[in-house]
Amino acid sequence: MEFAIQAEGLKKRFGDHEVLAGVDLSVPPGTVLGLLGPNGAGKTTTVRTLATLLAPDAGRATVAGYDVVRRPREVRRRIGLAGQYAAVDELLTGRENLVLIGRLMGLGRRGAQTRAEELLDGFGLQDAAGRPSKTYSGGMRRRLDLAACLVASPQVLFLDEPTTGLDPASRITLWQQVREQIARGVTVLLTTQYLEEADFLADRITVFGSGRVIAEGTADELKRKVGDERLEISVERSESLDAAAAALGRAVSEAPAVDRETRRVAVRLVDGIGGVARAAAELERSGVPVIDFAVRRPSLDEVFLQLTGTGAQTKESGDE
Amino acid sequence: MSEVLALTGRQMTHLRRTPEKIISVSLTPIAMVVILGYLFASVISVKDGEYHDYVMAGVFAQVGLACVGATALGVASDLRAGLTDRFRSMPISRASVLFAYTVADLVTAAAAMGAVAGIGLLVGWRIHGGFLEAVAGFALLLGFTYAMLWLGVLIGLAMRNMEAINGVTALALVLFSFLSNSFMPLRGLPGWLRAVAEWNPVSSVAEACRVLWGNAPASAGASLPVRHPELASVLTLGVLLAVVVPLALRAFRTAAAR
Repeated sequence: MEFAIQAEGLKKRFGDHEVLAGVDLSVPPGTVLGLLGPNGAGKTTTVRTLATLLAPDAGRATVAGYDVVRRPREVRRRIGLAGQYAAVDELLTGRENLVLIGRLMGLGRRGAQTRAEELLDGFGLQDAAGRPSKTYSGGMRRRLDLAACLVASPQVLFLDEPTTGLDPASRITLWQQVREQIARGVTVLLTTQYLEEADFLADRITVFGSGRVIAEGTADELKRKVGDERLEISVERSESLDAAAAALGRAVSEAPAVDRETRRVAVRLVDGIGGVARAAAELERSGVPVIDFAVRRPSLDEVFLQLTGTGAQTKESGDE
Repeated sequence: MSEVLALTGRQMTHLRRTPEKIISVSLTPIAMVVILGYLFASVISVKDGEYHDYVMAGVFAQVGLACVGATALGVASDLRAGLTDRFRSMPISRASVLFAYTVADLVTAAAAMGAVAGIGLLVGWRIHGGFLEAVAGFALLLGFTYAMLWLGVLIGLAMRNMEAINGVTALALVLFSFLSNSFMPLRGLPGWLRAVAEWNPVSSVAEACRVLWGNAPASAGASLPVRHPELASVLTLGVLLAVVVPLALRAFRTAAAR
């Protein structure tokens, strides 16, 4: 099995609205693919199609080696799905939720109980295991939800916005738990609105816009694709801003951007370390006291905004 | 089979933790027993018996009608919570998930009918037939209820929206119980409306029960549901199930949370 998840030309239309306009994806086993994109770009529809919940109008997809349309049962044996909301039964206790899933997955009564205890321990839910899950906090529900998809030790895990609405501490806890699964060799497809989440968890990132893939690569590749590195310096007093700007201008022969509010000067860095060296030399010659001197790469947020904001034009340049 | 057991067990745990559901499906029927069977019994008269006897069969059928809404709400709330997605992403049969809803809610309905029977006995209702006939009457009512539960499953999957479900099923409860012989014999209705009311399964089920229980049957007329209410009941419920069950399974296959 070359790819744990593979999709070719997936199309889906709801009425007049084309939700997927030909999506291609391939995720090697044991890796994490992050799907980024604005609301309505087709991320959830893609996940639902791959998780056998939705039949595509065109195209084909395999998950764990089985076709999602022709062999859905085989696919379902090998996947775990955590949807956008924690899919826990509120009236059941945490333990009962996990035992129920275990029994449905064919572990038997005893097997399901043993597996539930393992997961309750692993996810720090043992203390709350006997309480109905409606009394759980948002973070605990998400953890229970993630535990529920892991009951049958799936090969492929679909996480659809797993941390939406969580506080930062719960988010980090959940990230660590996802990482543990990744370390065990589980293949993960993750959709998210949080770019730092993709940065933290994903090996590769696919950016969606209007139902198609508009860019693909590692976080670093995407950042590089969007913009050059910038050199940013801060000065102590605003009187020295002009002198600093002049010095940087001489170093890279391009007009720098000056932000008087934050006393910062920024310039595009086109020739890497050479530009840095010249800028440093010019600044030293000008005698301007510099308090911060840094090379900055565009953040994933900037990547995201640039790629999705201009959607139509970047369509062709993406996916190299 | 173990899937059905596990899923039904889940529903029974729900019932244990929220027994209010039994009250919610027996509330309207109990109100009817008190209002019609007790307060109005002296001014309404039926041939061959007492009005408080006459009215009970239709009230039991009302429990079945009330279950449509209760089941639909349960199904829709699983859909909203994402549980339906989870079940559908697991290697279990679609039928087992839906079957579990209907089995558990049949237990709810049976408990509600027990409560209604208790109130009925208090206002003077008695069964004047043999034991087997009494059991047959309740079996028919449970069969009717079971068909209603599948209708509830279909409505829950198709409508999804809680408020809309509440509105539609509450209206259906009133419409189907009043457009039947539950509370009044159908003698006074104009011809076409009378035909509709006679073929309403609520009418034939209630009439069959009245015959079985010796509770002042309303029989007057020559149409099939009037002459053979038990046959008409089985027929209409069979047709209803044959239509609704496949539709519900189809709705489940394509169900989406939003």
